[in-house]
Amino acid sequence: MAEKRDLVMDVINATNLVQSFSEVFKQQFENTAEDASPFFQNERKKAFQNFEKYGFPQKNMENWRNTDLSKALSENYTLFTSQPDPKLDIDTIFKCNVPHFETLLLSTLNGWYVSNHGALQTLDNGVVYGSMRAAAKEYAPLVEKYFRTALNDSKEGLIHLNTAMMQDGIFIYVPANVSVDKTFQMVSLINTQENVFLNQRNLIILGENSHLRLAQCDESINNGTTFINSVTEIFMDKSSTLDHYKLQNKDDKTTLINSTYFVQQQGSVLNTNAITLNGALVRNYSNVQLLGSHSEANVYGLYLMDKEQHVDNQVFIHHAVPECQSNELFKGVLDDQASAVFNGHILVARDAQQTNAYQTNRNILLTDKAIIDTKPFLEIYADDVKCSHGATIGQLDAEAMFYIRSRGISEASAKIMLMYAFAAEVLNKISIEELRTRMDDMVKKRLRGELSNCEQCVLNCSNKENKKINFAIDMSKI
Amino acid sequence: MEKQQDNILDQVTNSDYKYGFYTDIEMETAPVGLSEDTIKYISKKKNEPEWLLAFRLNAYRYWLTLEEPTWAHLHHPPINYQDIIYYAAPKKKKELQSLDEVDPELLNTFNKLGISLEEQKKLTGVAVDAVIDSVSVKTTFSDTLAKHGIIFCSFSEAVQNHPELVKQYMGSVVPSNDNYFAALNSAVFSDGSFCYIPKGVRCPIELSTYFRINAANTGQFERTLIIADEEAYVSYMEGCTAPMRDENQLHAAIVEIVAMKDAEVKYSTVQNWYPGNKNGEGGIYNFVTKRGICKGNNAKISWTQVETGSAITWKYPSVVLMGDNSIGEFYSVAVTNNYQQADTGTKMIHIGKNTKSTIVSKGISAGFSNNSYRGLVKVIKRAENARNFSQCDSLLLGDKCGAHTYPYIKTGNSSSIVEHEATTSKISDDQLFYCKQRGIDTEKAVGLIVNGYAKEVLQHLPMEFAVEAQKLLSISLEGSVG
Repeated sequence: MAEKRDLVMDVINATNLVQSFSEVFKQQFENTAEDASPFFQNERKKAFQNFEKYGFPQKNMENWRNTDLSKALSENYTLFTSQPDPKLDIDTIFKCNVPHFETLLLSTLNGWYVSNHGALQTLDNGVVYGSMRAAAKEYAPLVEKYFRTALNDSKEGLIHLNTAMMQDGIFIYVPANVSVDKTFQMVSLINTQENVFLNQRNLIILGENSHLRLAQCDESINNGTTFINSVTEIFMDKSSTLDHYKLQNKDDKTTLINSTYFVQQQGSVLNTNAITLNGALVRNYSNVQLLGSHSEANVYGLYLMDKEQHVDNQVFIHHAVPECQSNELFKGVLDDQASAVFNGHILVARDAQQTNAYQTNRNILLTDKAIIDTKPFLEIYADDVKCSHGATIGQLDAEAMFYIRSRGISEASAKIMLMYAFAAEVLNKISIEELRTRMDDMVKKRLRGELSNCEQCVLNCSNKENKKINFAIDMSKI
Repeated sequence: MEKQQDNILDQVTNSDYKYGFYTDIEMETAPVGLSEDTIKYISKKKNEPEWLLAFRLNAYRYWLTLEEPTWAHLHHPPINYQDIIYYAAPKKKKELQSLDEVDPELLNTFNKLGISLEEQKKLTGVAVDAVIDSVSVKTTFSDTLAKHGIIFCSFSEAVQNHPELVKQYMGSVVPSNDNYFAALNSAVFSDGSFCYIPKGVRCPIELSTYFRINAANTGQFERTLIIADEEAYVSYMEGCTAPMRDENQLHAAIVEIVAMKDAEVKYSTVQNWYPGNKNGEGGIYNFVTKRGICKGNNAKISWTQVETGSAITWKYPSVVLMGDNSIGEFYSVAVTNNYQQADTGTKMIHIGKNTKSTIVSKGISAGFSNNSYRGLVKVIKRAENARNFSQCDSLLLGDKCGAHTYPYIKTGNSSSIVEHEATTSKISDDQLFYCKQRGIDTEKAVGLIVNGYAKEVLQHLPMEFAVEAQKLLSISLEGSVG
């Protein structure tokens, strides 16, 4: 475990948030020796100015009208502005427990890359992975070519804050014509007693005709309140394929803002799937830019929320060129006082002819206190397109329910069966079999109310006292 | 084929706006600009009671604190509110006793518009209230209606003769602080129509208002208030035209509908304000707030609109479903061509139990126009078993236009079902081929397909209007091929 004294920590005061960030920025990031490259200094400075211009999200902003950050932003937070102990053995903190699932593990602890094998590794086939900060030094031309270019002119203060104050994150580079057989697993761990505010930044570059599978797990094991502001930029060159899965199983004190930007060139195929099982406030912002013809984006999501949890899925798909295809499918079940937001925006640019864009959002509300806000939004400037969207909010089908009940199955089981069937449409889109099986199990457990927070999580992690606790999932129960 | 299609498109874009004439009538206008004095001037001209002046001034003071909204998908140069004449009325020489005394120029205007205020209407059985510029000039059939206890008159007359009804209901559905344009209208509204259907009365004829902007540099700010008491029924129609002018003219209206227990109101609009020329110069800026409230149980309000005119349309006819089992409907065809911009849709607010709403919106964009559907379906917690179905289709004709859909759906209980679906497409080559193969030329085929596309909405229009609407549609779109 990292000792506290090894860390430089700065406290962010909630009463004057922007100013407080500004002070930390001046002390820790502006002109610091740590990443003295003029490129990054310049980027950080510009980004901070933009952050000061746009500020934190407010309820009166169109994209934030249904997600209220004011509570999360009223805490005092700690920023970890320096690297944890490099000798830290990651295996003592975390071990992935998905059976038969061999992965290349990339983990961050409190926003910093940790590994037992050094900051950057290179595989035989030329694949480079490791710390974003290390890559910025070692592969400066590559990183500087791509870094922040996917963000365009974002008007989102949090994105700029991330650029200005990014700590570390994960860097993956897949050279042209390389297909990575193992799945990369990105794990973000939070392990601290403090209230922590993270600005993690990931950069993933796929060369021409390459293939990468990526599982992104967000888990937390701390006692404090956490605010994660994570930004990922993913660049997909011609004919590359990316399978991207996000699993979010956060505790009830975590605010997770996940912004992912995908830039797709000709003929590239993206499959991304966000599965949110728990979390006080989870927001997934996916920005897909289809810049090359014949590229395809499949964006899926499933959310199962209860208690006072809130999930917000924002998807922006920009069809900039002709002959691209996008599919969106988001499904959710809301119990208790949970609330969910879906905001899908498809923009078909002028002359982006022969576009096919489909968008579907389906929701089941189980109680009168759950709330759903959905806005499937189309903005179309080309005529030869096929675009459709649909949104439904309803209940479990009474006839299906009767059919099952009439065969002697209890109401509770029948409900779970139908809800599972509802969720399965999204789960079946997961192409990595081991992962799909595990997600299946987790969803079943979630529907039974057996999966709540880190106690039953997929991860097998150590607790504060470095004692291992094993929570194998009992398959016989399913 | 391409060439031919282009030619046809050209023809369409060049087709003239046939209501673009101007009538030379002697006008009485307020000084240019907006101030408390202007409002006092209007109020005095109309001989209004003290409370109404206070209502106007309150609205005006609130308006001053607001900024013009920018959220709509509309682009226009800033409107100079000090450059508008807020009151223009045909000069009255004396109180009119009969139709014969109406200015013949005025009658001519309405004859040209195809609205006869005279005998013809007796044949069609439609009672008309005609509003020119800011003032209601003539209401027909008042006597017939009076027999049933129906009050149908200009808003000013209602203020004089039925102040208690006006006072009770005005602003109850669209409060003066509702939005920027509602506040502006509440401050400077000049006239409009008023309609009260007493308990248990089924209005025997269709009621109709015809709005016409005539004078230059004026804005038109009319207000319509319809009250259907318990078990009453009324079908109400609204039409509008304006002369062709190079400058933009502002139209900011309010329509309020109150439907009590078991009442039904059907409100149909064919909006054909001058849309500007093919370069996007001139045309009416149409910023309208329309809202109905189903106050009692089992009430029903139905909006049907055909929007073909205006340079800019900003209009969201809404229904607040307060009573249990009440029903709200919205059927819309919005056509934009050249540089027209439309941002239109509806709001359905479900408050009562077992409330139902249906939304069918068909957008057709051509030329360089932008056509947006913007809608809200909100089901609150106590609106158990609420049901909504929305369908929003867009048809694109040409590759320079845009079609956008902004549906907002918010549901807060577990027994309601809300469905929304939307598609965007162009007229497919297959459909065209099918028609052409059977000897129907491209132009007619498009007309056929578009009419079929819009039929679902047009069939909800009263017969008199359906004919006009179909004609309008074919004028706007005949032969447009995407």
